[in-house]
Amino acid sequence: MQERLQTLKEEALSQIEKASSMKEVQDIRVAYLGKKGPITEISKGMGKLSAEERPKMGQLVNEIRTAISDQLEAKVNGLEKAAVEERLKKETIDISLPGRPIKRGNHHPLTRVIEEIEDLFLGMGFSIAEGPEVETDYYNFEALNLPKDHPARDMQDSFYITEETLLRTHTSPMQARTMEKLNGEGPVKIIVPGKVYRRDTDDATHSHQFMQIEGLMVGENVRMSDLKGVLQSFAKKMFGDEREIRLRPSFFPFTEPSVEMDISCFICSGNGCSVCKGTGWIEILGGGMVHPNVLRMSGFDPEKVTGFAFGMGPERIAMLKYGIDDIRHFYTNDSRFIKQFNTL
Amino acid sequence: MLVSMNWLQQYVDLDSYSADELADLITKGGIEVETVEQLNKGISGVVIGHVLSCEQHPDADKLNICRVDIGEEEPVQIICGAANIAAGQYVAVAKVGAVLPGNFKIKKAKLRGEASHGMICSLQELGIESKLVHKEYADGIFVFSDDVTPGEDALHYLNLNDEILELGLTPNRADAMNMIGVAYEVGAVLNRSIELPSPELVRSEENAQDYVSVQIENEDDNPYYGATVIKNVTIASSPQWLINRLVSAGIRPINNVVDITNYVLLEYGQPLHAFDYDRFGSKEVVIRRAAEGEKIVTLDDTERTLSSDHLVITNGSKPVAVAGVMGGADSEVQQNTTTILLEAAYFDSKLVRKASKDLGLRSDSSARFEKGIDRNRVIGASERAAQLIQEIAGGTVLKGTAEQGDRTVEGKEVSIEVTRINQVLGTEISETEVAAIFERLQFSYQNFGGTFTVQVPPRRPDITISEDLIEEVGRLYGYDNVPATLPITESTPGQLSDYQKKRRRVRRALEGAGLYQTVTYSLTSPSKRVFFSNETTDAIRLAMPMSEERSELRTSLLPHLLEVAQYNKNRQLENLAFYETASVFLPEGELPKEQEHLAGVVSGLWQEHLWQKEKKPVDFFVVKGILEELAVEFGVEDRLTFARADEPKLHPGRTAAVHLDDELIGYIGQLHPEVEKELDLSETYVFEINLEALLKADVDHLKYKKLPRFPSVTRDVALVVNESLEAGQVKRVIEEAGGAKLVEINLFDVYQGEHLEEGKKSLAFSLRYYNPEQTLTEEEVKKAHDRVLTAVEEQFGAALRS
Repeated sequence: MQERLQTLKEEALSQIEKASSMKEVQDIRVAYLGKKGPITEISKGMGKLSAEERPKMGQLVNEIRTAISDQLEAKVNGLEKAAVEERLKKETIDISLPGRPIKRGNHHPLTRVIEEIEDLFLGMGFSIAEGPEVETDYYNFEALNLPKDHPARDMQDSFYITEETLLRTHTSPMQARTMEKLNGEGPVKIIVPGKVYRRDTDDATHSHQFMQIEGLMVGENVRMSDLKGVLQSFAKKMFGDEREIRLRPSFFPFTEPSVEMDISCFICSGNGCSVCKGTGWIEILGGGMVHPNVLRMSGFDPEKVTGFAFGMGPERIAMLKYGIDDIRHFYTNDSRFIKQFNTL
Repeated sequence: MLVSMNWLQQYVDLDSYSADELADLITKGGIEVETVEQLNKGISGVVIGHVLSCEQHPDADKLNICRVDIGEEEPVQIICGAANIAAGQYVAVAKVGAVLPGNFKIKKAKLRGEASHGMICSLQELGIESKLVHKEYADGIFVFSDDVTPGEDALHYLNLNDEILELGLTPNRADAMNMIGVAYEVGAVLNRSIELPSPELVRSEENAQDYVSVQIENEDDNPYYGATVIKNVTIASSPQWLINRLVSAGIRPINNVVDITNYVLLEYGQPLHAFDYDRFGSKEVVIRRAAEGEKIVTLDDTERTLSSDHLVITNGSKPVAVAGVMGGADSEVQQNTTTILLEAAYFDSKLVRKASKDLGLRSDSSARFEKGIDRNRVIGASERAAQLIQEIAGGTVLKGTAEQGDRTVEGKEVSIEVTRINQVLGTEISETEVAAIFERLQFSYQNFGGTFTVQVPPRRPDITISEDLIEEVGRLYGYDNVPATLPITESTPGQLSDYQKKRRRVRRALEGAGLYQTVTYSLTSPSKRVFFSNETTDAIRLAMPMSEERSELRTSLLPHLLEVAQYNKNRQLENLAFYETASVFLPEGELPKEQEHLAGVVSGLWQEHLWQKEKKPVDFFVVKGILEELAVEFGVEDRLTFARADEPKLHPGRTAAVHLDDELIGYIGQLHPEVEKELDLSETYVFEINLEALLKADVDHLKYKKLPRFPSVTRDVALVVNESLEAGQVKRVIEEAGGAKLVEINLFDVYQGEHLEEGKKSLAFSLRYYNPEQTLTEEEVKKAHDRVLTAVEEQFGAALRS
């Protein structure tokens, strides 16, 4: 009997070993461990054994049962695992195929530059004022110390609608509009982005419509050195920490003293190249200390407050920063142009 | 203003400064030097030659064989084709080995069998612009009129070793539109003294007043007019030094008298005019306003019609010059002129500006008068010109000046405290430094305890208030020396307004949806001004447009956005998705109402994934989805509605009016196929809404809603209705009938075709019921759902699809 059991065990284990499908495994289980299987038969015949032999035999039967069923289980696991592996193998994809594009648009480069500048000045406590694009002659010129017949009006030939209204030639009219509302009570800290218009024929460097950002700060003890400090922060933020600025005397009717700001050339770092025309400096913007007439006309007392103002052109800044060669690109809106401004 | 270094050197010692260094210093001082030009465009080996003989080439009609002394042991043979070559001339010779502009090298050559050892040059060949070459030499070689020595460097005689600084003058610095003014500025910048001309005149016994009288009708128009008379003048070419000066300043030499008036204009900034006395037509100069319609033929042989806004010089009966702008042809100095009436005057700048503008005539003279000249320099300039005419043209200057008006004016006084200077600039400049700066500027001043009272010379009319003095001190102290500080005023919160924040969100939402931002022009043509039928017919039109294409302010953004689409389509860019936010301009009162709009245009494929063969073309619902998403973003999803609409430029079956509450705020739809065809666009969908209405809508603050605590129940229902019935209507009825527990209605299928009766369609909705208080009972759901089914049946005869 003992021998028979051993033979059965070996037979069973060898069959399990050979089995290659779940069905075969199931058949083996039934054949050996089933109710009608030989091991069950042997168990049933154990009553004929002696009391001494009986527990020994019983133990052996159990051992063999366990051995077979463990082996069966191992086989099932093995087969399952193989099946999974087989399936996963079939599911393999070519991971080099292109991914699904996420549909996404982006800012126009001018908006990109303007928002960047806005955020910089917001951080310095400025707010953003916006005003009408069609202006009165008064706000566009007279309140900025440009009386009628002033020769400097030639500098910005304008699109008039009536004798008294025109497309604004700069966003500076918001200086007067903002100050007037404050009844002489400062401080004033604004920047004014927006569209402006001048009688220019459109070409690679001129556009009859363009953007401007005006800045104005008025209060007690606002100094030209503050203008220099604020503009220095601006230059470093927009064009890199290594940038130096210089102020050059200039002329605007609405500021006195007036300056133009240059930054050290970021292409050649001041050694001279075509962008800076060999000078090492690039002209970026104009500004100065608010002219006392401008303060006075808008209800501020130039004896008590001083202020600085500046104006810059986002097109010029974008052209310099990104190396754009033609101002018309901004208004043609070629999608191949705009789409380039979707990265950091 | 073009400034010759050689000329400037006459007044200020420029030693040790190169042109570039000087340019940099002048720029930092406040006058921008735009360019530094070398007059020598790479020339070497050009010397003066004496043409000893000149014979015609035996084998060429147009060539001459010249023997030329070029200062070497033997004369050289040069073949020359210029028509004006002749023996005895002193000419510029490019020797063998010489280099001319454009790296053109001169080599030995044979011309029709004859050897040529060099080239006799025209001025153009030496790099001088044709427009600056005297007419006599315009088509041939240049001939020296002075005493010159063969073999010497020709460039020196022609001033081609000079360097020219081009000053970009701002309108306030008209004082630097002349060499004396530049000398003052450079003297101040370099802190060097300057030396100015002091003309010395020998005058004849005869009196100018016996030859001419001057009468000014209104001294406001013409505060001073002086006439000098010079007899026995010989009109001829100018000496080379004078020609060189004019050429360096970009003025073409004409004849000695005209050249001298131009020279003095450049030197003193004082426009002068020389009349031919014998052809002046009378012995009186009367300065008055022109009569309406009065005519004059100016020097350029053009007849001009004048008005009473224009000031004229007359001979008592008719105009002989437009004051400060241009002389008349009748009294022009000519080759045979012998007596000159030299005008030196001060005219009102506005009148000159007006005349110059009205007549479209800008001259070197008007440019200076318009910006204001130095009143105190009129007499000096007149004397300088008389002296030069005497020296160069052999004239006899008569005693005295026929004149009216004050010759000089007092300078203005302006005061400034040193503390104020430092307060405005943020500097610590000392009293001594301020004093030194005023001295460099040659401003006289008095200083009482730090308050400087400055006598501003009339040559600097731009300085009128104390801030102007702060600028003078600042610019010469150097803005490089001004520190960079941060403002010390009270702090202010810097933040976007609600509207600005929302506008930024709009941009991000649209870009997140796949649209690219554009910026287009506000000015447009009358036909592109409007797009929708409800837009105003009142155009806001420019008084003087540059072109019809940019003549009116737009009331709709779409036409230009469609131009963008067209532009891109023409470049094989077919999948388009653009938007723009910008103001449109609606007539209202003095200034138009500016209303910010949002418009978009989409065309081509909306989704595309090539290798997965996925291609989803744009349709109406893409655009609608974008607007619905915006409505959600701004909390008005329940208030934004779409209603079928008719718009001539949009597809009649695929257009909706967009309402916010009861207000019409815009449209969405497909372009009318005819418009698509006209613009050569494929199927294109557009929208335009009044963005302000959307962004300014009152909405509740964002508030948290409790998360559901109980399960909800979903019932699907497919309803068979007439095909013309809009799903939106069915949805509204379901919504009303379902009551509070019906929390979500989703249309998930629209079907028409097989298994359905002709003219019918099936709409399948998924309805979700929820009770926030407790788990829904089957009873509750059934009650609500039955109400829905009853309502749609009653309203639309909708049957459940089997």
